[in-house]
Amino acid sequence: MIELQGIEKSYKTSNNSLKVLKGIDLHIKDGEFVSIMGSSGSGKSTLLNILGMLDDYDTGSYELANTLIKDLSEKKAAQYRNKFLGFVFQSFNLISFKTAQENVALPLYYQGVNRAKRNKMALDYLEKVGLKEWAHHLPSELSGGQKQRVAIARALISQPKVLLADEPTGALDTKTSYEVMDLFKSINKEQKLTIIIVTHEKDIADMTDRTIHIKDGLIDSN
Amino acid sequence: MFDLDKWQEIMSTLRKNKLRTFLTGFSVAWGIMMLIILLAAGQGLRNGISSQFLNGATNSFSIRSGNTSLPYKGLNSNRQIRLMNSDYDYFSRNLKDIESIAGRFNIWSSTMEFRGEQANYRVRAVHPHHAGITLTQISSGRFINESDIVQKRKVVCLGKTIIDELYKGQDPIGTFISIQGISFLVVGTYFDESNQQEERYGYVPINVGQQVFGRGFERISQLLVAYDQDFSDEQVSNLEHEIRTHLAETKIYDINDSRAMFVRNIREDMQRVLSVIDGVEAFIWLIGIFTIIAGIVGVANIMMVVVKERTQEIGVRKALGATPNSIIGLVLQESITITLLAGYIGLLLGVGIVELAGSNINSDFFRQPEVDFQIALITLLVLVVAGALAGFFPARKAAKIKPIEALRDE
Repeated sequence: MIELQGIEKSYKTSNNSLKVLKGIDLHIKDGEFVSIMGSSGSGKSTLLNILGMLDDYDTGSYELANTLIKDLSEKKAAQYRNKFLGFVFQSFNLISFKTAQENVALPLYYQGVNRAKRNKMALDYLEKVGLKEWAHHLPSELSGGQKQRVAIARALISQPKVLLADEPTGALDTKTSYEVMDLFKSINKEQKLTIIIVTHEKDIADMTDRTIHIKDGLIDSN
Repeated sequence: MFDLDKWQEIMSTLRKNKLRTFLTGFSVAWGIMMLIILLAAGQGLRNGISSQFLNGATNSFSIRSGNTSLPYKGLNSNRQIRLMNSDYDYFSRNLKDIESIAGRFNIWSSTMEFRGEQANYRVRAVHPHHAGITLTQISSGRFINESDIVQKRKVVCLGKTIIDELYKGQDPIGTFISIQGISFLVVGTYFDESNQQEERYGYVPINVGQQVFGRGFERISQLLVAYDQDFSDEQVSNLEHEIRTHLAETKIYDINDSRAMFVRNIREDMQRVLSVIDGVEAFIWLIGIFTIIAGIVGVANIMMVVVKERTQEIGVRKALGATPNSIIGLVLQESITITLLAGYIGLLLGVGIVELAGSNINSDFFRQPEVDFQIALITLLVLVVAGALAGFFPARKAAKIKPIEALRDE
């Protein structure tokens, strides 16, 4: 599903450039449930941003579902993100003035799905994460765990090839974290969806099938 | 294409930020309201001033005599030049191209009395065509006619003010009114919509006026000459030249003496006044446009803040598949919607104020302020352009937001 070869990325500051990724080779199979671990500054977030087409890379190649992802225009990147990827963020990033249902339906809006259909689908996906009764609540009326489940429903609704989660449990307590991880696990099992989680918590990483450790811009161990 | 979903997106955004929407719209509404009021005031000024200058048909000359200011053929300067009945006779016989001609002899301040009511008004002794050239409108009876002059009848046509003040609702036609102690038969009444001062006159036959009030002299205070409406400017100036030449020759004064005879071309006067009003109107547009620009800057400023405030939201949208164009569209459409909505409210307010105030203000130089449909249409166009302008820079800024930066957890 994901093929990374010799990915390098450096950030330029005023007088020198800082190399963050120093040649990443990575292969993730279809339907894998993978975690990426590393200390802060190790380059794990940069790697996730590249995987998520939110950032570009300098050298190497990145193939996602047999499509080369390189030097995309903003428009193309947006379309690929919409088509291939689902995002879950640490701080949920729900739109505060939209109800849970409207938040979940948003990716379908950008696909041009009509309103009636996308609202119905949004309700189906909210049901899958156990929040059907909360469809008409605003994010501010939901608990942290509920918000993250809404975000997961939003990531799933576009039927992506890969689900990318950046510290999805970072803002949750242990009990809720485990519930969210259980949800990821069941999605992975039932829908055979490839899931990549970035985390710095070992117990979270241990719940995935494979953990990739990143240290100083290189893969430390698989 | 009309995109209902996009509208629902925008309307829900606006509804959820009511105060912000209101504050953004206020400056625009204010600007448009001011523009509408100013333009209506300009129109009022135009109406008022035109009616002031429009005491006669625009296709006419008004001729008055004065005193010479240059010596000529051995004659002194400062001689008094006078128009006489003979000039009227000459012109009505010899000016081929004119439509009508009338002489007027002014009698200042005459006491009029009817059944114990009396007051001072003015009398004009005139030829029948005077009514046509000065656009006098008869409300009952008739004006002075040819046989009044031939038979030297003591008849009078009275203005509305005189009727209102002396007759108090009685029918004046057929009654006798005393002017300076002499009895005149009232044959008609008239009104003048554009200028109430014009309604304080009594019109009598010119020869009767000259005899009774002018001690029999055949003097004329003013000659009015009307020509064909379709005359070219060249034909008009030829006619003027013919009039000036004849007068200078018969009265013996230098034709270049600007104070001996005053020949006013009403058409030219009118054009001059209208061009001044055009200038005033251009100035009003200038002020209005600048007021709206202030509004636009306000909207742009607030949209800028909005984009900043919604950086994270825009980042999320982009991560979920929003293209830069759809983000630009969102901001631009929101900005245009606010300006249009606010502008429309401003337009309604402006028109409302004009309607309310307009009916209460009616001075001589300012009457019937109004907003015509064309102006409303133009301002609407200005609004759309303004909204697009106000949204453009914020939208471009929004489109450049990088999702990673927007989503970075602080």
